Amino acid sequence: MLHAEGVTVIYGRRRVLDNAGITLRPGTVTGLAGPSGCGKSTLARVLGLVQKPATGRVTIDGAEARRWRSRAGRELRIRIGLIFQQPRLAVDPRFTLREIIAEPLRATGRSPGRAGELAEEMGLTSDLLTRRPHEVSDGQLQRACVARALALRPRYVICDEMTTMLDASTQAHLVARLEAYREESGAGVLAITHDDELLARWAGAEGAIHHMGAAEPRA
Amino acid sequence: MTTSAGSRLRVDGLTVRFHLPGATVHAVTDAHFTVGQGECLALVGESGCGKSVMAHALLGLLPGNATITGSARLETGDASPVELIGAPERLLARTVRGRRVGLVPQSPAAHLTPVRTARAQLTEALRELGNPAPADDLAARAGLRPRDLDLYPHQLSGGMAQRVVNAIALAGDPWLVIADEPTSGLDRPLVDATMAELRRLTGEGRAVLLITHDLRAAEQVADHVAVMYAGRIVSLDLAGEFFAGPRHPYAAGLLDALPSRRFTAIPGRPPELTDLPAGCAFRPRCARADAACDDVPSMPAGAGRVACHHPLESHAAR
Repeated sequence: MLHAEGVTVIYGRRRVLDNAGITLRPGTVTGLAGPSGCGKSTLARVLGLVQKPATGRVTIDGAEARRWRSRAGRELRIRIGLIFQQPRLAVDPRFTLREIIAEPLRATGRSPGRAGELAEEMGLTSDLLTRRPHEVSDGQLQRACVARALALRPRYVICDEMTTMLDASTQAHLVARLEAYREESGAGVLAITHDDELLARWAGAEGAIHHMGAAEPRA
Repeated sequence: MTTSAGSRLRVDGLTVRFHLPGATVHAVTDAHFTVGQGECLALVGESGCGKSVMAHALLGLLPGNATITGSARLETGDASPVELIGAPERLLARTVRGRRVGLVPQSPAAHLTPVRTARAQLTEALRELGNPAPADDLAARAGLRPRDLDLYPHQLSGGMAQRVVNAIALAGDPWLVIADEPTSGLDRPLVDATMAELRRLTGEGRAVLLITHDLRAAEQVADHVAVMYAGRIVSLDLAGEFFAGPRHPYAAGLLDALPSRRFTAIPGRPPELTDLPAGCAFRPRCARADAACDDVPSMPAGAGRVACHHPLESHAAR
């Protein structure tokens, strides 16, 4: 389980999250809905160990996270894959798509050779892999970001408005790819979206859907 | 803004090529459409199909390696007609951008200057465009509270950043508003509010060119829907007819991909704009394709147009 409880995050004088919590179970899709600005993304960042909360606890399969960001410890960090809303803000513009996908492999001392295979699973052709982010579309870049997130075969994947920027066909493709990965690996998926129709389709059948309110962010 | 009934943006044969070392990007090919007074045309299609390039071509914002041909004439009652394609930068900067054509950009959080508050950026736009209205008034119309304007872009949620750039786009009271993916990152109530705002703009007699991948949003506001594929407009329909039953197989595939419909992706992927297939660009992904599709299907003139050798039956005929 990836579990967060009692999470409070304060930006300046604004209390963005107040005693929020959520649980992801392996093999299931957990939905997280709520209006713009309610703190969904902040909760995702806390769960992904890239945002240190003012208070609160995050445990990953029973191990409590005690440090955050780059100090969080590799063995915890690599259990969680993160996919953000805006791929352009989530990549190094100097990297080629191949380097973007291979970065987690390289950073953990693995062979970057699997990058091509990961790209192919996402429907990225080899000619795209030598391009840099400004030379590809948002949809193509997000495919690379999904490939990057799955490169280390995470136990949990956090998809923060992953398809909001994308057309319906690319959205259907990316969600299908995440679903295939979940079924094959038993990973837990957090689907964050304000699109009720998408959430009902993605997490609706068996997954739990949490709704966050704007005033009192509680999951 | 003053208006007259004959005002329109008329685009004829607009074609954009980017020249890269060893390759040519066929970003937009032979686009024809008209947006009239008080109308909203939605331009929809997969990412990378050339939608945003079209918007930037109309504003003269394309980089130096772009070759633009064709015509885009802006004919509004309040000023002399202007040909946007090939217009000198000085003319575009002083009389067109912000004043006759406003742009609501894509990725607002990345568009805003990160080191200045929303207020500083909106106030600057108002000052440069000679609009004496207080920033708070414009912000309120876009759904922002005065104190929201005192935040820096990284402190704004996606929806708030969107509303800030909406307000900036209207600072010069333009006749045509080009909204480039204005609903990305907004939740459904805010999408509805943004579409209501665009509808209000058309109600005031402005024209709106809505570039979006969000078909649900387009359905709320569009009078006409143009579907773009691999740089070409492949269908142009009245919105009601489009959503009831599009005739182009690609358009039908896009609608079927919606979570509320079949939620299935169109098989395959769009062609590279540097390496378009011969004939119909959708042919490799199309179940209806046959030998006739070796030739690029032509786009007939008039409403309810579809560029396909084997279109689906219209809704009326089903």
